[in-house]
Amino acid sequence: MMNYSKSKVAGLSLYVLFLLVPIYWLLNMSFKHKEEVLSGLTLWPSNFTFDNYITIFTDPSWYMGYVNSLIYVALNMAITLTVALPAAYAFSRYKFVGDKHLFFWLLTNRMAPPAVFLLPFFQLYSSVGLFDTHLAVALSHCLFSVPLAVWILEGFMSGVPREIDETAFIDGYSFQRFFIRIFLPMIRSGIGVTAFFSFLFSWVELLLARTLTATEAKPIGAVMTRTISAEGIDWGLLAAAGVLTILPGILVIWLVRNHVAKGFALGRV
Amino acid sequence: MSKVENNKAWWLVLPVFLLVAFSAIIPLMTVVNYSVQDIFDADHAVFVGVEWYREVLLNERLQESLLRQFIFSFTVLAIEIPLGIAIALMMPTKGTMASVSLIVVAIPLLIPGNVVGTIWKIFGRTDVGLLGWGLNQLGIDYNYAANPVDAWVTVVLMDVWHWTPLVALLCYSGLRAIPDAFYQAAAIDRASKWAVFRYIQLPRLRSVLVIGTLLRFMDSFMIYSEPFVLTGGGPGSSTTFLSQTLTKMAIGQFDLGPAAAFSLIYFLIVLLVSWLFFTTISEMDKDK
Repeated sequence: MMNYSKSKVAGLSLYVLFLLVPIYWLLNMSFKHKEEVLSGLTLWPSNFTFDNYITIFTDPSWYMGYVNSLIYVALNMAITLTVALPAAYAFSRYKFVGDKHLFFWLLTNRMAPPAVFLLPFFQLYSSVGLFDTHLAVALSHCLFSVPLAVWILEGFMSGVPREIDETAFIDGYSFQRFFIRIFLPMIRSGIGVTAFFSFLFSWVELLLARTLTATEAKPIGAVMTRTISAEGIDWGLLAAAGVLTILPGILVIWLVRNHVAKGFALGRV
Repeated sequence: MSKVENNKAWWLVLPVFLLVAFSAIIPLMTVVNYSVQDIFDADHAVFVGVEWYREVLLNERLQESLLRQFIFSFTVLAIEIPLGIAIALMMPTKGTMASVSLIVVAIPLLIPGNVVGTIWKIFGRTDVGLLGWGLNQLGIDYNYAANPVDAWVTVVLMDVWHWTPLVALLCYSGLRAIPDAFYQAAAIDRASKWAVFRYIQLPRLRSVLVIGTLLRFMDSFMIYSEPFVLTGGGPGSSTTFLSQTLTKMAIGQFDLGPAAAFSLIYFLIVLLVSWLFFTTISEMDKDK
């Protein structure tokens, strides 16, 4: 076993400090009044206030940004899992014409810079009437979430022995029943991890989300630019909005905390 | 595991194929189409061949931004990969502390890029930010909004803050997959800590490091929101990377032809570097 020495604790603590200090500063700012922010530097708000958060939760133009972002992220997760599960099964179980090429081609899409697809996406979704809908953003995010999902799921599925499939078919299970009742429960953690990664990359992406929406499906990232007004930037409000974007992520990682080590190995190690 | 030959498996892959075809092939063909034409309006377009490519490749602003992009990507890789391995080695392997440290380390990954930009924008300001104010108090003249070097350092620091956790978590899960027997054998041989790392841990981390390096290269090469929020690409154009240059060209100025040609060159560079990296690694495997 690796022995756990004091220098390791010290090193890790130092790194965690580096991670958390900027977040602490954001929290600190979010509880301050506008005047206090501008009047000088304080390590802790002297007039503790929830005003910034109240502004966000009572103003529809603010909180709808979060609702929009969550809607397209959820849609993206649903679409990704629906199409990636059967495909990953095919890649892990069968040889077929062009399988290797297809797999590699899928991965090259993960390498495409979103900026490259910006303009054609804009025109494509406008022409089919999807512009400024949650579906447009969800579909465009599939471009990088689907390849990754197929990759991760394929790794997890290859870990399940073939004999299980065969036994189930001999027992008279149809493919659909076997897949849903037996196979999916066996790769639960793989599905959890895939959902986590779909969430991760869709939640943090802004360039496409911002370009494909105008008002109806505007993501929170685009709404946040509103704090820049004539009298300068309202730092407190901006900080509060930032804090609120971190919370869903913490919730998601809490849900998958037991699978995360395995999942980051992408089911392969 | 042996796989069964079955072409009916295509039916299972079909949904993915159609979806990705809709969201990748159609747009990509549109880009190719634009890159070889001069378009005046819907009915008037002239085929111009490689004219736009020539213009883009000779454009000095783009060359500078490409160079800046390469320097940036290699800088962050050089910092994040070793740091990520070091952190993975320091993380506890058992008990509550293991899950707590996992979650804490993963937090930056789940923050949207523009919010990371916002966090560092606030944190680094000389009037309201702890970092900027602190450095100035220590007598270091730091101002990311005015000094190109400071802006550059802040963007690198921000990326290290944001993405080192990905490398750390990949390595952590790689380390967890090493059986205890390996360490016991090493202990019997009285292997030094360095020998354990060099001959047991590092070889076992290879596959996750390949994935980590590829992901980090691809994503750092596409960086957009973070520097855009922090400095808007400035001061001057010291932190303007490829994505921002391209976005400005396509959406801001609506130069369809050059923007499309630039897009394809951009995509090809990412593909080429990833391919080179991958082939080199595979070749090294063969030599062993």
